[in-house]
Amino acid sequence: MKLSVNLGKLKLGNPVIAASGTFGYGEEYSEFIDIGRLGAVTVKGLSLRPKDGNPPPRIVETPAGMLNAVGLQNIGIDSFIKNKLPFLRRFRTRVIVNFFGDSISEYAEAAVRLSSAKGIHALEMNISCPNKQAGWSIFGTDPRVTFRVVSAVRRATGMPLIVKLSPNVTDIALMAKAAEDAGADAVSLINTLTAMAIDINTQRPKLANVTGGLSGPAIRPVAVRMVWECHKKVNIPVIGMGGIMSAEDAIEFMLAGATAVAVGTANFVNPRAALDILEGIKSFMSARGIRSPGELTGAVKLDVA
Amino acid sequence: MSRLFEASVKDNRRLAENHYLLTFHPLKKIRRPEPGNFFMLSTGNGLDPLLKRPFSIHRRTGSDIRILYRVAGRGTDILSRKRPGDVLQIIGPLGNSFPVGRSRKNIILVAGGVGIAPVFALAEGLIASLKKPVLFYGAKTGSGLLCIEELNSIGIETHICTDSGDTGRKGPVTAILREFIQGNPSVSEDCCIYACGPEPMLRSLSALAAEYGLRGYAALEQNMACGIGACLGCIVNTTGGYKRVCREGPVFPMNEILW
Repeated sequence: MKLSVNLGKLKLGNPVIAASGTFGYGEEYSEFIDIGRLGAVTVKGLSLRPKDGNPPPRIVETPAGMLNAVGLQNIGIDSFIKNKLPFLRRFRTRVIVNFFGDSISEYAEAAVRLSSAKGIHALEMNISCPNKQAGWSIFGTDPRVTFRVVSAVRRATGMPLIVKLSPNVTDIALMAKAAEDAGADAVSLINTLTAMAIDINTQRPKLANVTGGLSGPAIRPVAVRMVWECHKKVNIPVIGMGGIMSAEDAIEFMLAGATAVAVGTANFVNPRAALDILEGIKSFMSARGIRSPGELTGAVKLDVA
Repeated sequence: MSRLFEASVKDNRRLAENHYLLTFHPLKKIRRPEPGNFFMLSTGNGLDPLLKRPFSIHRRTGSDIRILYRVAGRGTDILSRKRPGDVLQIIGPLGNSFPVGRSRKNIILVAGGVGIAPVFALAEGLIASLKKPVLFYGAKTGSGLLCIEELNSIGIETHICTDSGDTGRKGPVTAILREFIQGNPSVSEDCCIYACGPEPMLRSLSALAAEYGLRGYAALEQNMACGIGACLGCIVNTTGGYKRVCREGPVFPMNEILW
């Protein structure tokens, strides 16, 4: 049985990735699991300069899910390269760096800066954070702007480039196509859904930021549908994510068209979740005589049984 | 020694309206928790509630751990229905602990409501090491004063007060403490305050400590998803910027917190 998968030029030892923003810089989880066994670790989104993020409260639980409005708090690219990347280099897992900017030129500059660091195997462009100020969302919601920003980053780096898409659009496949046309090697989806929760006693929003991003199993069927739509539309690989809690959930994403899957909120619930999911995928494959994860990708049967 | 483990519920009893004392037995050897440390406990068995909930350690009896908690929502409501033999998924002990390394002459403990949970753990440890802390413990009403018998049994000098005045002195715990400090001027020499309770109490305590130039530490509470420093959900604003309650805390020097 072969577990490796290819995301364009990026080869992973297995299809299970730890999703950005849920796995810190890897260190936080290393006492609980051998992170070297993961297909890839995607680190918390980075920007050129450090960011403080939003005031508290930043998270609130909702039915089978959670809202977060962390606001892209991060230590900045330079500090990451100096203080966090050396630790990740010790593992054979692939390191994907999620990053963002506030302008097209910042995105490009961040990509240049990251491309010169040793130990980074791919870049994931975040054009889809729901907690940025109004106006920023245009990077991930207007396909013409998506095309421009991805094109700029594509010119700035030769590294495998993944574009993380927002579900807060009418037609996500259109966004995936714009990313592909601009030279992305893969798309990852979905980021969180913009959402809101109100305390009926205080009549105030439960998050200081008023709105936040919904993640967890509550969003999974939406994510599966969107992966399926994107897989039909583009020829580049799709990384599926959105509420994956178990191997069964991961396999569902693969059947919908995902080449690899990312585990996010589940890491918070169980720090071993990503490896448990990998083990479950292996058992499923072996029980069914499936020789490669690729046999599952897009294998949903649409004909009437 | 992994901090991810399973435990079986040994006892889960109601102490007062909405307040419970849970005793669990770890199914493998765990790290020894210190006062101030916390555990993340699963509540339901399915996907809703989804996240574990943080609880500070209240007491350690042999290898068993006790958690004192208030039912504040769905997660804690489900937890309150656990029966002996039920299995919990737990991460911990997590976070820092009350810094009591240096010997101090005058140790003042302050607790509000269920905030007695970690303060009791600290009191028990201090008394075991032959120190003589003084506890100021307040609640809205007498029924919110928890584990009074346990406090009596460890023999700590305790000043009780309630907002309603139905038990102990009437008034906020900080007012009672202020009188105590004014009546005992020597207290401020080599003194340290350790506290846990609702934010308004900690805020006014912090102001009181600053007024008298007293050093103090507060154990904070905040929503958190992971408990291990990854989600960045549980931050508190400090003089040194945002800090994570789960990693840099939950115990912070009071004068560093921007209330």
